[in-house]
Amino acid sequence: MNTSTRSLLLEINSLQTWFDTRAGTVKAVDGVDLTLARGEILGLVGESGSGKSVMGYSIMRLIDLPGRIVGGSIKFYGEGTQNEDLVNATSDRMRRLRGSHIAMIFQDPMMSLNPVLRIDTQMIEAIQAHAKVSNKVARDRARDMLGKVGIPSPEERLQAYPHQFSGGMRQRVAIATAMLNKPELIIADEPTTALDVTVQAQILYEVRKLCRESGTALIWITHDIALISGLADRIAVMYAGRVVETGLVRDVIAAPRHPYTAGLMGSVPSNNPRGKPLRQIPGMTPSLSNLPKGCAFAPRCERATVTCQQVPQESPVGAEHKVRCFHPIESIPAQSRHDRIKV
Amino acid sequence: MVVVVFISMYALGDPTEVLIAPDASQEVRDKLKQELCLDRPLHEQFFYCFVGNVLHGNLGISFVHDVSATQLIFDRLPATLELAICALLLAIFIGIPLGMLAGLKPQSPIGKGIMTGSVLGFSLPTFWVGLMLILLFAVTLKWLPAGGRGETVQILGMQFSFLTRDGLIHLLLPAVNLALFKIALVIRLSRAGTMEVVHQDYIKFARAKGLSTPRIVFLHMLKNILIPIITVLGIEFGSLIAFSVVTETVFRWPGIGSLLIQSIAKLDRPVVVAYLLLVVFMFILINLVVDVVYSILDPRVRLGGRS
Repeated sequence: MNTSTRSLLLEINSLQTWFDTRAGTVKAVDGVDLTLARGEILGLVGESGSGKSVMGYSIMRLIDLPGRIVGGSIKFYGEGTQNEDLVNATSDRMRRLRGSHIAMIFQDPMMSLNPVLRIDTQMIEAIQAHAKVSNKVARDRARDMLGKVGIPSPEERLQAYPHQFSGGMRQRVAIATAMLNKPELIIADEPTTALDVTVQAQILYEVRKLCRESGTALIWITHDIALISGLADRIAVMYAGRVVETGLVRDVIAAPRHPYTAGLMGSVPSNNPRGKPLRQIPGMTPSLSNLPKGCAFAPRCERATVTCQQVPQESPVGAEHKVRCFHPIESIPAQSRHDRIKV
Repeated sequence: MVVVVFISMYALGDPTEVLIAPDASQEVRDKLKQELCLDRPLHEQFFYCFVGNVLHGNLGISFVHDVSATQLIFDRLPATLELAICALLLAIFIGIPLGMLAGLKPQSPIGKGIMTGSVLGFSLPTFWVGLMLILLFAVTLKWLPAGGRGETVQILGMQFSFLTRDGLIHLLLPAVNLALFKIALVIRLSRAGTMEVVHQDYIKFARAKGLSTPRIVFLHMLKNILIPIITVLGIEFGSLIAFSVVTETVFRWPGIGSLLIQSIAKLDRPVVVAYLLLVVFMFILINLVVDVVYSILDPRVRLGGRS
């Protein structure tokens, strides 16, 4: 699963999404570079408030006021599209892309389906918004897709309302809806966070399978680094609106180079010795409206020096492994560490 | 309610004083009192004369008009119903779009303008607005008539004026007058609903599906905000019918509202009581209808059926 061997699907350059609030400008995303190949699964990891969800919404151009994309570009090389920059696309063009080329799955399945409309209405409209298809054909496609995401007796379930489904089932419906038009990219914003662990595993497995089958690229936004290490090809760690480390999952997990990634890995419960208090990263996520000068992680970082008053640039530390740090952790043969991670 | 009204009407003077010439003899007075069942003590009047008759389907004979009170009310009910339904339709078709617009663009001049208008609609007294409407459109501009019902058409034995051009012209001002408060109310409700719904995940999800804005607004959002609006409008429709008194008086609209005012003035006890019974019945009926409409709009309140 190598980026260079596949053709590029999405190329984000120094994207900035800011929110103008009374308390000042919140730089939720501030200069993010990301690339995504066709069919690739990217895990976008970070704490609450790191800007990872805003990233997802920015790609969809679903940022509500007072938020706005201030700068940067989002190049989308979809099939049958003109390699356009989504930042400058008209709202009508975005409407056409949404749901057909790029789909999104939301965090809370209890909230993402309209409570007063039947499932078939909500699925058929997603097809008919992008293609002139008869109700009958659209309905058959919706039914088949429900079957694919593991909903029993899909024909009857089409007639049901969202409140007649459990949380896991609703998320399956949402996933089925997102996949209806065979999009080239799905952005999944913590879709399993609200579900219990067993359902989480099933959904994860099914999404992965569906994406592999249809060659759909996936950006999976999560705060759960252990979960993403079993799912993704590549991982990007976000902190305070920037990507601090990105690389192939096996590289980053085995040998995190950014102190923040290392801290995240260290606080995964299964990486902690039994009976001891869990390790944690000292301090709090900084307020995005009042970021520390230079490296935003410096105040919490034990490796920080005077140099960290400057903004670190992204620098390669291995094949496809980049890190934004002046003092990256040296590459240590972390074989033993890799073995301990449950993926 | 009936008891309260009955007693309070009883306390309000002697109807015979109003009905008979002051120089009538005592025998005439006594005879009339006996006929109208007014010579008995209160509890007998209530249980024997009133409840007894009601149980036989008779709400009493109007003291003044000498026809049955129900007959009198049902003769004038179509006029009020017509007015109330027109006002309700105005409230729905003006209030909901304006409210949604204000909710979608709360910061824009349009949104703020609509809200200012709704404050005026709320706070200006109906009778004053009615008089101003007459002054402006009937007296100064001479576009619309100042009162009355105009030409009517008879359907199923009832007179309706909304089917003739003349009738419609007569209907316009009172309907607008009566609807003004309700429009303001519906604007506030739909604005609040829209502002709440617009941030829901299912609206974002609908946008993420690439749906067009009209479909999101008029299906996904509208159906969700309609639920509280229907509840309130149901109750308000009852009050439109029951308390169109002011508008009907200002515009000389021959409905049950003006009948009530006349009956109170003349101490026409059976008509007032019959009117109130009708209003109570209407409220109950409307609440039933609202509950039924609810279950159509919101699948979560449907009983039984598929699980």
